[in-house]
Amino acid sequence: MIGFDYIKSIGIGIITGFVNGFFGSGGGIIVVPALESIVGLKKHEAHATAIGVILPLSILSAFVYMKQGLLTKGYLSWITLGGVLGGYIGAKWLPKISTSWLHKIFGIFMIVAAIRMMIV
Amino acid sequence: MRWLLIVIGFLSGIISGMGVGGGTLLIPALTIFMHVEQKAAQSINLLYFIPTATVALWIHAKNKRIQWRVLGVLVVSGVVGALGGSFLASYVEGSFLKKIFGVFLFIMGVIEFFKKGKKDL
Repeated sequence: MIGFDYIKSIGIGIITGFVNGFFGSGGGIIVVPALESIVGLKKHEAHATAIGVILPLSILSAFVYMKQGLLTKGYLSWITLGGVLGGYIGAKWLPKISTSWLHKIFGIFMIVAAIRMMIV
Repeated sequence: MRWLLIVIGFLSGIISGMGVGGGTLLIPALTIFMHVEQKAAQSINLLYFIPTATVALWIHAKNKRIQWRVLGVLVVSGVVGALGGSFLASYVEGSFLKKIFGVFLFIMGVIEFFKKGKKDL
């Protein structure tokens, strides 16, 4: 981390919170590259800090969704069971893997899924 | 069915734990394969993320990878955006939200695909 720009960081925070609340996801996709290129964090610091930023914002958004009656708990327990196991492994693996192949696979999945969601 | 949900959660969890957007995997998986409605999928993602991220955060904190000052500023300012985004989502039609989500996912997918894997620790 070189210099720390408060104004830019506040801007990043607002945008991240907005995207994460509106799409119920995607905050990390915005904040990770912003932390790397604008704030100047190292890659793994950016990924780890991003989770810490998104966690409280997700709790807040979940609360708003609940107030608006949007919250559905179906499937949640099984997904969360898998999620917690995966989250542990993902955090352990983070410093050990080269991410270039992961970006390719993940990118292709996102594009295919996006097209499906736009047309159906 | 149950196993499929656990596998979907597990794969999304790995991506979430690395901090690269598990929701972009979980939400399409839920809407496409399980036919879950868009807003329901979004709310499932927000909730699933809470314990998943807590576990991942604990490991990252132990490994001293978190920049707490940056985190503090982003969370405080993020609250404003989070409130705005969440309320707006509740006023938008679910099918329309799904299409906007698709556009967002497409753009991010293209960026993701062309991203170079840096290995600077």
